This record gives sequence, C-alpha cells and structure tokens, in this order.
Amino acid sequence: MKVLRLVSVSYWLHLKMLATSAFEGVFQVIWPLFFATTAFLVFRQSHDPHALVYAGLGSAVMGIWSVIATTASGLLQRERWHGTLELLVASPTPFALVLVPMTAAMASLGVYSLVATLLWGWLLFGITVPVAHPVVFVLAIVVSIFAIALIGFLLSVTVVRYRTAWALGNLLEYPGWLVCGFLVPITLFPHWVGWIAYALPPTWGMAAIRSAASGGSPWGQIVMCLVLGLAYGAAGALVSESVLRSARRNATLALT
Amino acid sequence: MNSLRVFFVGGLISFRGLFNWLSPWIYIPSMLVAPIFQILLFAYIGRSAGVQDDAFFVIGNAVQYSAIPCLFALTNTVAGERWTQTLGIVLVTPARRVPLFLGRSLPVVVNGFLVSMFCLVVSSLLLGVHIPGSAWPPMVVVVAVAAASCTGLGLVTAAIGLRVRETAVLSNVLFGVLLIFSGANVPLDTLPSWMATVGEALPLSHAIAAARELAAGASWSDVSGLVGTEVLIGVVYAAIGLGGLRYFEAESRRKATLEIQ
Repeated sequence: MKVLRLVSVSYWLHLKMLATSAFEGVFQVIWPLFFATTAFLVFRQSHDPHALVYAGLGSAVMGIWSVIATTASGLLQRERWHGTLELLVASPTPFALVLVPMTAAMASLGVYSLVATLLWGWLLFGITVPVAHPVVFVLAIVVSIFAIALIGFLLSVTVVRYRTAWALGNLLEYPGWLVCGFLVPITLFPHWVGWIAYALPPTWGMAAIRSAASGGSPWGQIVMCLVLGLAYGAAGALVSESVLRSARRNATLALT
Repeated sequence: MNSLRVFFVGGLISFRGLFNWLSPWIYIPSMLVAPIFQILLFAYIGRSAGVQDDAFFVIGNAVQYSAIPCLFALTNTVAGERWTQTLGIVLVTPARRVPLFLGRSLPVVVNGFLVSMFCLVVSSLLLGVHIPGSAWPPMVVVVAVAAASCTGLGLVTAAIGLRVRETAVLSNVLFGVLLIFSGANVPLDTLPSWMATVGEALPLSHAIAAARELAAGASWSDVSGLVGTEVLIGVVYAAIGLGGLRYFEAESRRKATLEIQ
C-alpha cells in the first residue's frame, strides 16, 4: 500500500510540475507537430489516402517517444541542478520507485501530443483514423506509454554519471522515429535494423495500435510490448543500484 | 580599427566564452549525428511514400540543419550572457553594436557551414547519393551563403531574446517552421500557395533550390539568381535583427528588464 501511495502521489506531483512548464507542456506538443506536418505533406504527394492514415497514426505516437527520449535522459541532471538528487538518493525508498513515477509522468505528456496530432491531421489534412476496436486501441496506447516510460527509466539511470546526457537524449529522438515503424515500415530497412527495431517496445506498441485501429488482433503485440517494457524496467532497477553505488563511491553524485 | 577588433577578436572570445560547454560529448551527438538521422528519416519517409529521390532529402535537410547552430547559437549570445549575468556589462560598453553583434555572428556562420557540409558529405555517402565533382565548389559557396542567411534570422531571434525568456522554445519553433516552409522536404510548388509564399520569404529556401539544381548539373550562372536572392533575404533579416537589438536594448534599459532571468 505504501508503494502504491508513493508511486501515485509522485506521479501526480510530477505531472503537475511538468504541466506548469511552458517548455515541457507546450513545446512537447508543438515539436512533433512540425514533423507530423512535414510527413503529412510528403505523404500527401503520393495521393494515397491509406498512406495518410498510416502517417496520421504514426505521427500521433511519435510524440510519446519524443517526450521520453528528450527529457528522461536529462532527468537526473535536472534534479542535480535543483540540488535534490542527493535527497532522492538518500531516501529509504528504492531509487527505482522514485524514478519510475517521474518517467511515467513524462510519458503521459505524450498523450497531449497524441491527441493534438490526431486533431491536427483531422482539421488540416482531413485525415480520419478509423478505430475498429476503441477499447483495445486505448489499451495499446496505455501499454505503449507504460513501456516507453520504463525505457525512459532505464535511460535516466544509465546516464547518471554522464553530465551532458540531454545531448544523448536529443540524439535518440530521430533514431526512435526512424526504426520503430512510426512513419516508415520496418521492411524498408536493411535486415539488421529489424533486429534493433523488434528489441524496442515502441515498435510492438505501434504495431498493436495500428492493428487495433484496423480491426486486427493486437494481443500478441501488446504482450510483447509489455514484456519488453518490463525487461527494460528490470534492467533499469539493476543498473540504478550499481551506478548509484559507483557515484557515491567516487563522490560524483552532486557534481554538475 | 577598434570596430575591426570588436568584430574579430570580440566575436571569437565571445563564442569561446559562451560555448565553453560545447564539448565533443555535446557537439558530436547534437551537431553531427542527429542531423544524419534527420536526413535518414526523411529519405526513408520519401521512399515509403514513393515521392522524390534521396538526393532531394539529403540536400534539403543538410542545408536546413544549419538552422540549429545558426539560430540557437546567435540567440544564445543574448540568453547566454543573461544567464551568466554579463549581458548588462556587454551592453554598457561603448562598443558599436553592429561590429559587436556581427562579430558574434561570424563564428556561428562558420559552424553552421561546417555542420551542413558534414551532413551533405556523410549522408550522400550513406545513401549512395552521387553529386558530380564539378558541383561541389559552387555547392560550398551556396551552403556558406545559406548559413550566413540563416544567421541573419538568428539576429532577429537574438533581438527577440532581449524580451522573451524562452529563447530555446523560440529557436526550436523557427527550426520547425523552416523544416516545413523552406522546401527542405516538400517542393515549394506542391505546397499551398500561401505556404509557398511564406517559404520564399524565409532564409534557406533559395539556397536549397540552388543546391539541388547544382547537384542536378546546373552551372553557377544558372543558380546565381537564386543565390543572389538568398543573400538579399539574409541581409534583410540581419538588418531587421540589428534594428531589433537596438530597439529592445533601449526598451530593456527603460523598463529595467535586461537581466530578469
């Protein structure tokens, strides 16, 4: 019960904090819209309505990846700047339970982006995304957000000793957009890229969302997304303990 | 002579001071690797949609990406000084403002040019895009003009930075506008007419068109009109930026808002 309370209160607190930031709140919605608009304009030239629906759905989910890739890697650095990292580490709560609600709150911001992109595509480009199984569609989105949040958790702890982690986060945005099947079918890439793509939960999440929208059976993809996400979360929990031990041993935790 | 010193020495010292944090750990992922992935993303989107060819996206995005160093760096000449609480000291000096701010622009132009050229060469190699050897010398000039022109727009954002605190958001938004309107990924003649008109008035669009024509075998004389227009656009934005810097400097002194973080 204490764990549930900790996670829910922390999640809500961070969601409110993020919502008050112009950069995090507004920009995380606007930024993917630029790329979505460009993608719509490119796909529109093909005069294929199915291609526009494909782009509409993919662009909508891109924002969830963006919000995690660009912000989770700088999460601990931000706590360091605020002078709160040592307090978080020193608390008796396992560090993983402190971080997961934060990255989950960040990933939740992606919902803004998702809704905004769907509305944008509908209003400006007349893209209507048909959803055959609305309940499963929403479930696929929720699982995708959860799995991407766990990647964010792994990312944030992995780079705890990397002072310029935000640059790494910015770097990860494009590769995620490229290989996870948001706008480009994975079959277009060389074979080895497929191995990387299928090791990433967003690839399965995106496939599940498309499948639910088109009336297919997304359950296998939802399970794969969830399992991979939990695997990333477990790896993050293991890594967090060892990197924190290392940071404490070398007295580098608070160094900016 | 003093203005020349402010332009060259001041500009260089300012760049080194304001960007002392720009280590290889930041420069390589942000300036060299990320744009390559942007180019790959749009080249593959183009393949997926079955429109244009790889050369179209390589040239468009390589030239367009100079917006990141040009817009962010020049805006940071104001925001960075404010952050380090040296903006007031800079603006209280009797140095003439034109050499002061244009001097800060020069290293930015060089950096933007290098980033664009790196993207052009590396992504051409990665995607197997062939650009004729004879096209490279004029292409180098066009890329340099594009970086300078975009830095003109950077002067405008630097001026706005004297009043607007969220300069990073502003630069990102302008980068996005250039992504859509400059013709980097969508030919201007396929855009709605109002968007094409906006694109024609923005930096980079004429340089991108010129670079594409050069890669397709056009000569320098064929694209000189486009390059001339790009230069003119850059000069107009730079003039607006310098005027804006003068106006907002006076305003911020009057309202005592210069160093509000």
